[in-house]
Amino acid sequence: MEDTQFRAHAILKKYGAGILADWTADLAEGLKNDRRISESELGNQTREFLLLLEAATSGEGGVESAGWATVREFLDGISRSRAQQGFTADETATLIFSFKKPLFEYLRKEFGKDPQVLADETWKATDLIDRLGLHTVKSFQAARESIINRQQEELLELSTPVVKLWDGVLALPMIGTLDSARTQVVMETLLQRIVDTGSEIAIIDITGVPTVDTLTAQHLLKTVTAIRMMGADCIISGIRPQIAQTIVHLGIDLQGVTTKATLADALGLALKRSGLVVSKKV
Amino acid sequence: MAGSESIPLTSEQDVVFARQTVRRVARQMDFSIVDQTKIVTAASELARNALVYGGGGVLEWETIGENGREGLRLTVSDKGPGIEDLTLAMKDGWTSGKGLGLGLPGAKRLVNDFAITSTPGRGTTVIVTKWK
Amino acid sequence: MERIPILRMGRFLLVTIQIEMDDQIALALQDDLTLQIQKTSARGVLIDISAVETVDSFIGRMIGNISAMSLILDARTVVVGMQPAVAITLVELGLTLPGVRTALNVERGMALLAVLDEQFEVASGGE
Repeated sequence: MEDTQFRAHAILKKYGAGILADWTADLAEGLKNDRRISESELGNQTREFLLLLEAATSGEGGVESAGWATVREFLDGISRSRAQQGFTADETATLIFSFKKPLFEYLRKEFGKDPQVLADETWKATDLIDRLGLHTVKSFQAARESIINRQQEELLELSTPVVKLWDGVLALPMIGTLDSARTQVVMETLLQRIVDTGSEIAIIDITGVPTVDTLTAQHLLKTVTAIRMMGADCIISGIRPQIAQTIVHLGIDLQGVTTKATLADALGLALKRSGLVVSKKV
Repeated sequence: MAGSESIPLTSEQDVVFARQTVRRVARQMDFSIVDQTKIVTAASELARNALVYGGGGVLEWETIGENGREGLRLTVSDKGPGIEDLTLAMKDGWTSGKGLGLGLPGAKRLVNDFAITSTPGRGTTVIVTKWK
Repeated sequence: MERIPILRMGRFLLVTIQIEMDDQIALALQDDLTLQIQKTSARGVLIDISAVETVDSFIGRMIGNISAMSLILDARTVVVGMQPAVAITLVELGLTLPGVRTALNVERGMALLAVLDEQFEVASGGE
């Protein structure tokens, strides 16, 4: 490996400017109408990569070693920004793999007269670029995953808002499966809103919840109990037939919580309990 | 935030002080309000038990770290008469009359880890941990 | 030793708990309250715990006792302002304060006491 480093380093030092120019030109050609990244931004990235590569190849150790940490971090950064900008994994990796062409051109220029050396160096260069490319793909995927996770969380927050249906009546339409952690956070939010708004009736609508298991049901019941302890009341609406069956089969005792089939029915009951009457204008 | 402290429990005021201290530490450790309230309430239950049934004792708190997560550990011990039947003590039953009314099963539900040792005639030690 | 103040609001008494309670303070409160109920012929007691961050079994028992004693003296009790974290913790503890009525705030608590008072009067044939 030392051999390659030495030669690669020498090549990069000698022909750096030329390699950079050719590489950038190739890339610009490929990204001609792409608005996601500007020429100057691309220029900065290629320039920096070359500088870091030159520095890393002057030392010992392979791509996974400490000496290559700055290069890896740079690639991680590229992956993250490309992932956010909406590039695909291969579009991102192309940035690195496309480096082979100009590099091989200059290797040919330097070692053309010596086929054996050229073959060796080309192989070592290919190996190096491949490893860097693979690292880029790996970190791109990690970046995509974390973006997706964050989006899921935001979606989760959006999907369980506490809404005010009327003076003193709050509704919490729950959507999706209720996992333990999420249910707890949502319930705490509901309780706080009850206190903040002084609403005496909270309707928890579970129309959008596909299944209810024992743990979820327990959380639901604990929330209902907490609401009652605070001095408000709770109505559970949107219980689908399957869920009703599950509740009975699991032996869950709803402890006298009022249940209604639809959110509309629950609102009707809530208004009635609040002493309100809805009448049509004649 | 890291640290530990030992608080004697010889009077009601000590129980109040222990409770306030645990609240302060839990808040500094950035526990959520609900988790703060849970660990403080557990501390209050255990501390009062040590005072009332154990003839006085000690509450030690310490911050701990394990596998990258932070936690608050409370050790409440007394040298009182101890508990003969631990199984009975861990049985639920505030109003039903079952269990011993020591609030131990309740306290257990408020924390993540719960361990109790007791020797009749020698004393009782309860160790609870709340993880962030 | 600090004593918890008891305010008179019409035919009801208002107790706002804002300090840490130990057994001495709790006993003093029970003494003062029963005395005041008798003196003022109060029809109801409002216990405001909106400033209470921790409610353990001791406080729970105290509230239960006050509720029971007041009833014997012909006054109903309503606890108001329970914080969400406290409610969640009490549920987890299994301490549900049976027989104790609650309301979200002082205003609603008063309204509830008024309703309870009327009901009681009607039930016992008025006074």
